[in-house]
Parts: sequence; C-alpha cells; structure tokens
Amino acid sequence: MDQQEVFTKVVGILKPFVKAPEALATVSMETSVLKDLKVNSARLVDVVLEIEDTFGIAVTDAQADSVKTVGDAVNLILAAKA
Amino acid sequence: MITGLGVLAPNGHGLAAFAGALREGKSGIRHQPHLAELNFGCQVGGIPENVGEIEKSYLTDEERMAMNPNMVYAAIAAIDAFTDAGLVRPAPDADVVDWDTGAIIGTGIGGIDTIAEKLAPRTDAGKVARLGSTMVEQIMSSGNSARVAGLLGLGNQVTTNSSACNTGTEAIVDAFLRIRDGRAKRMLAGGSEGHSKYIWAGFDAMKVLNRTKNDAPAEASRPMSASAAGFIPGSGAGVLVLENLTSAKERGARIYAEILGGFVNCGGHRMGGSMTAPNPTAVQRCIRGAVAMAGLRGEQIDAINGHLTATFADPHEVGSWAKALELAPEKMPLIHSTKSLIGHALGAAGAIESVASILELHHGFVHGSINCDDLHPQLTAYESRVVHRTREVPGLEIIAKASFGFGDVNGCLVFRKYHA
Repeated sequence: MDQQEVFTKVVGILKPFVKAPEALATVSMETSVLKDLKVNSARLVDVVLEIEDTFGIAVTDAQADSVKTVGDAVNLILAAKA
Repeated sequence: MITGLGVLAPNGHGLAAFAGALREGKSGIRHQPHLAELNFGCQVGGIPENVGEIEKSYLTDEERMAMNPNMVYAAIAAIDAFTDAGLVRPAPDADVVDWDTGAIIGTGIGGIDTIAEKLAPRTDAGKVARLGSTMVEQIMSSGNSARVAGLLGLGNQVTTNSSACNTGTEAIVDAFLRIRDGRAKRMLAGGSEGHSKYIWAGFDAMKVLNRTKNDAPAEASRPMSASAAGFIPGSGAGVLVLENLTSAKERGARIYAEILGGFVNCGGHRMGGSMTAPNPTAVQRCIRGAVAMAGLRGEQIDAINGHLTATFADPHEVGSWAKALELAPEKMPLIHSTKSLIGHALGAAGAIESVASILELHHGFVHGSINCDDLHPQLTAYESRVVHRTREVPGLEIIAKASFGFGDVNGCLVFRKYHA
C-alpha cells in the first residue's frame, strides 16, 4: 500500500468527522486535523479505532497523541505496515 | 402559547402526514418479525417508518454516529417544531446562543439499546478501548435534550425529565410553568422514546402487552375495548414550541393554541396506588388541579385525550375523569385515545398525544378511537361520548390531555384553541 493510497483512505476516514468541509478541497499531508479540518478532539478516539480496523494495526495512546496532521497519521500507518 | 409542533409517530412523520393519519384512523402498529424470532408474547409494535432516510436531511454523518434512535427521534421532532414556529435553525459554526429559549425533552427509558448492544458486551469482553467516544452522550439520561440544544443553539434551561409514561406530559407542564414564571421566553417541550427490544422486553415479561393480536397488528391496540388485553409498545417523539404571548406577538408567530392549565402529582403508592397502578384519588386531584388552573368547569371541556392504554385501568380512568369533572356519563366530553392508532410510546406518549390534541383543535376534528366497537361493559354508560370514527367538530375549543405513569405519577394539561 503506497502513501497516496493510505492518504486517500485516511481522508475518507476523517471525512464524516470534518466540520470544515471546504478544507477537504485542499487537504494535504500538512493539513491539521483539529485546526484546519476542525474535527472535534473528542472524536479522535473514533478516528483511531477506524484506522486500526481499516489497516489492521494497533495504535498506542502515545502514537495517537502524536498525530497532529493528516501526514502524521499516514506516516504512522506506513510505519506500522512496514 | 403553542407556536410550533413537531412529530415523528409510527403512523406519520410531520404535521400533515400525522393529522391525515389521525383523521383517517390509520394505524401505525405493524408486525415486528424480530420480536417473533425472540419469542416475545407481543410481536407487534409502533415504530416510525423510513427514519434512516429522513434523518439524513436533519443530521450530519458525525452527529448520526453519536445518536441512538431515542436521540434521533427527539432531534427530528425538535427541529420540525422549531422550524414550524417560524424560527431559523442557526448555522453550526455561528457563535450565536439563544439565551431565551430552552428545552425540556423527556424520555422514559433512554439509551438502553446502546447499553445493551455496545456498552455492556464490549466492557464485559475487556474491550473498553473499543467503545469509542460516543457512549456517554448516548447513555446519559439527558442525551436527547443535550443534542437538541446543540442543534438549535439553545441557551436557557436544557434538561431531560423522566416520569415513565407521564414523561411527555410532565415536560410540557414544566416548560409551561417556566415560561409563566418569566424564566424563559420560549421552551421546546416534549418527549422521545426509542424502539429497542430491550425497552419492550421488560413490559412483555410483565404480561402487560397484548399478545392476542399478533396476526392483526392494526387491531392490536384496543383502548376501552371489552377485548383489551394489554397495551402495544410504541416509539417516536413529539415536541411543542411554547412561547409567551409577548414574544409570539412580537415575532408575528402563528399561534395554534394556548395552555390554560397544567398539573402534576403522585399518588404516593397508597389508596389503591402502587408502582404500577394509579391511586384514583391522585388521578382525580391531578385532573381537578389542571382544570382549576384553567378556570374552567367540567362541562366546558369539549374533548378528553386520555391516557387510555388498553389495560384493565381504562374503565377506572374514565370513571376518574367523570368524578374529577363532576359530570354524569352522558354529559362527559368526547373521549378518545391516540394510543389506539400508534400504541403506547412511553416517555414520548404524552407529547405525541398533545401534538395530536393541538392539531385537532387547529383543524376542528376529533379523531376516531379505533378498536373499541366492543366497548368495555363498564363503559356502556359512556357509549355516546366515545368517538369511534373521526368527527368533524368545527366548534372544538378545549381539550384536556392526561398521562398516568408507573410510579403512580400523573400529569394533566388543558389546551384551548387560540383566537387572535
């Protein structure tokens, strides 16, 4: 699974939680999940569960806390799948 | 003043569909195969139709992921009532709070389906980390009103009351009194109840649900009938927008009706009352309290929308109405039960039935109370006052609506058609 494929799936997972849908038009690896996409921080728990199920990986609390941007999530997944 | 109405009932969503269903005597009770598979004695029930599609135009994906049916029903009815009142739903990202508007939206059982289907099994399996972030907001008793507050930007009191089958009526009484006290200009008031098998199982186990009409769902809910054999479980939501007259006039709002009186009490589980049976003295005091607050005499009430669930209590209830209103049977108001069409929506019942009553006042009719052509023998003297088929009543002015619930709790409202 290459970076673009993971990126697309992560954006798909985030989409229902995004409260600034216009930001999705320019979403990139640098896009902030909370500040730019305005995802409710309480829902990050659900995003992580969705990532674990979709990619078949386990995400620790510390790893989850380190995710600030879409790229952070993508890189975390690629590292776990490597 | 009542300036907005919203309803999601087993026989119709929205005011036009619901009023039409009432007028036509359309039952919302259907066979429920999942209850049959699980060996329920009662295998029919009232569940609003097509909600999965309807909710998409009211709620975002994120909101829907955090809501069980109880919350979804409340949200749809509340948004409908708010819009019907001519109020504009604020944008989610607009930092505007309406400090003058609150909500009392009750529920009898709440999010037990979420507890049973998700919280308990995952917790017991050692998978707390798999619960996600939305458990608390779905299982907290106030989940339905809390969600509505966010959807509509409400800034006055927002709470959920619970008094079993009296919940919806109590919510309206409490909201009415809050406005009367000058503590709010507007209140959304009503109740909601989901349709989970886990809600209905306990009632089935008590054998208070009718298990004799599984093959004829539309005939299953039989208030005031000689062949009544228990109530039929229902679900849905009803919400009213209550508003003080000054505010309603300033906005140029359409006013359906006004609340003249409201009263709640409890029978103390004494004098014939218990956890599951009403103390008749308390029932009569409750009705008298509402009618006295309205400043009316019994003969001035045109119609009664009773609690009337189709249990052994129906004849006792009608007798209590007669005593409280001090009227001979043949002088009683018209008597009918909305539960004959939609079943007993528990915590939503009083609210949905209040919406029915106000629509009746607004349109000038009293809907037929179906399935009691074989009137209970103890009600023979009231035969001429029981509305079997829908009647046009152009001069309909005043309806009394009451609910009586487990816990020996009672509520009564008196509505009058509004004339500008």
